Amino acid sequence: MVQEAQKSPLDSDLLGPIRTESLTLNMGPQHPSTHGVLRLVLEMEGENVTSCKPVIGYLHTGIEKNMEVKTYNKALTMTDRMDYLAPMSNNLGYVLAVERLLGLEIPRRCRWLRVLLAELTRIQSHLVWLGTHGLDLGAMTVFLYCFREREVILKIFEKVAGVRMMTSYFRVGGVARTPYPEFFDDCRRFLSDFPERVDEYEELLTDNPIYRRRTEGVCVFPAERALAWGVTGPSLRASGVDYDIRKKEPYTGYEEFQFEVPLGRNGDVLDRYLVRIAEMRQSHRICMQALEGMPEGPLMAADPKVVPPPKEQLAHDMEALIHHFKIFTEGYHVPAGEVYQAIESPRGELGYYVISDGSPKPYKVKVRAPSFANLFALPEFTRGALVGDMVAAIGSIDIVLGEIDR
Amino acid sequence: MLAEIARGLWLTLKHSWRSRVTVQYPDEREEMPKGYRGLHKLLRWEDGLERCVGCKLCSAACPVDCIFVESAENDPARPTSKGERYASVYEINELRCIFCGYCEEACPVGAIVLGNEYEFCQDHRDKFLYAKRDLLVRRTEDYPELKARYDEKRLLTYV
Ligand code: SF4
Ligand code: SF4
Repeated sequence: MVQEAQKSPLDSDLLGPIRTESLTLNMGPQHPSTHGVLRLVLEMEGENVTSCKPVIGYLHTGIEKNMEVKTYNKALTMTDRMDYLAPMSNNLGYVLAVERLLGLEIPRRCRWLRVLLAELTRIQSHLVWLGTHGLDLGAMTVFLYCFREREVILKIFEKVAGVRMMTSYFRVGGVARTPYPEFFDDCRRFLSDFPERVDEYEELLTDNPIYRRRTEGVCVFPAERALAWGVTGPSLRASGVDYDIRKKEPYTGYEEFQFEVPLGRNGDVLDRYLVRIAEMRQSHRICMQALEGMPEGPLMAADPKVVPPPKEQLAHDMEALIHHFKIFTEGYHVPAGEVYQAIESPRGELGYYVISDGSPKPYKVKVRAPSFANLFALPEFTRGALVGDMVAAIGSIDIVLGEIDR
Repeated sequence: MLAEIARGLWLTLKHSWRSRVTVQYPDEREEMPKGYRGLHKLLRWEDGLERCVGCKLCSAACPVDCIFVESAENDPARPTSKGERYASVYEINELRCIFCGYCEEACPVGAIVLGNEYEFCQDHRDKFLYAKRDLLVRRTEDYPELKARYDEKRLLTYV
């Protein structure tokens, strides 16, 4: 009793139990580590994240709807702009879906060329991922090295398609133009020393104790939960689930190539890193096979109604001229039906669901974007994480906001 | 622990002896490749006549509808182009253009091509509406890179 009398009201306020409140933290939309315009609303108890709510839509451009009012050829240009880090993969998925509706037979040389370019795309996309992920965690040098190598691939794209990123190179029935004469030499030159470059990245990160501390055991995806959320791609394979569409449902001739599907064990950030590094090596292997065994023969499908004729024919071939005008004005009619074509994009299962009503414009195109599913699995797996680990977690699932918002 | 960090630093140090890859952009410029998709050009024949025959195929092929063409009959005494018609109005909204190259692919006479130019800033939006006088080259020979592109694609030639 005596003690209580001595305590002044001021003391009890200062020395009583510390009252804490949960804090709502807005991460983004202009946060450098959210890789685009993503906003995460974090509920925090001290340093720990109790809930994380992704807010998306800042990049919404209505691409899917827009595709309905364009002919099949014109709609292709929109696909690059979804996942701008892997334009060729996006083209490929769409083109394969339309080709399946049309029942087009694609020459073997073209299929191999597509594989080669799709794998180069995977390498350059993983390089961007590795660089920015390293940068998020404070490893600036890796970023510079990765972008140096990526630049070489983009230069190849620029020469083969005309621009670095929005390539629109794969077309229904083939490719936009024949590759320039030195194309294969350029690829060979780049690929010849690429494995050493990957060794360098690994030397900087894999055994680095700081990097390991920040990634080991962080944001673990248990395999069943990851499957339940529809996570695909390297993020899923890091949890040890052997699911790669290139193996499960081979498309565009992947069945002819020898490669392994790297798997992780723990499903943490470190494993996702290791899986992507191993994937780059496998992509390198596929590219080398494609270069060595590149078949000869025609590049374009033999369907004059879909594939524009070579320009030199227009001068003397009336029929070719008519086809040329038809393709560029009205487009081509695609038989009514619907098709779902999935491919393994660098981020996971990229699916195109195309419905045709028989007209030259798609009735509906629905895109299954891998980043979208991967992002919304994040809240469950980051519950209780430290706010500093959020950065590593977001970086490790490799999202592209253009694809999520479309 | 220190050993791993030292290994990383050693690698960085080794890189400082390698040749540089950075291009000091405004002072140094990279050559654009042959098939680059940059600012449009309307080409002429060797004799100075315009290639464009006003068929509007480019405008039909454009995914974003940014080309506007109006055609008129050629005056037989002083023809503008080699066909029956020519483009009296030819406008491209370069702000809307996505540089896909579809117009170039569609053009049956190789009149519209995408050039090597990629620096075309303006201080007003209206100035991005390129009219025919901005696009038309005076002599195709002045643009050897476009000439090469034209030969490479083996475009239709009028006799
Ligand atoms: S490049 Fe493409 S968007 Fe630009 S004017 Fe030509 S067709 Fe239209
Ligand atoms: S540029 Fe070519 S496609 Fe366009 S109107 Fe002229 S001739 Fe026709």
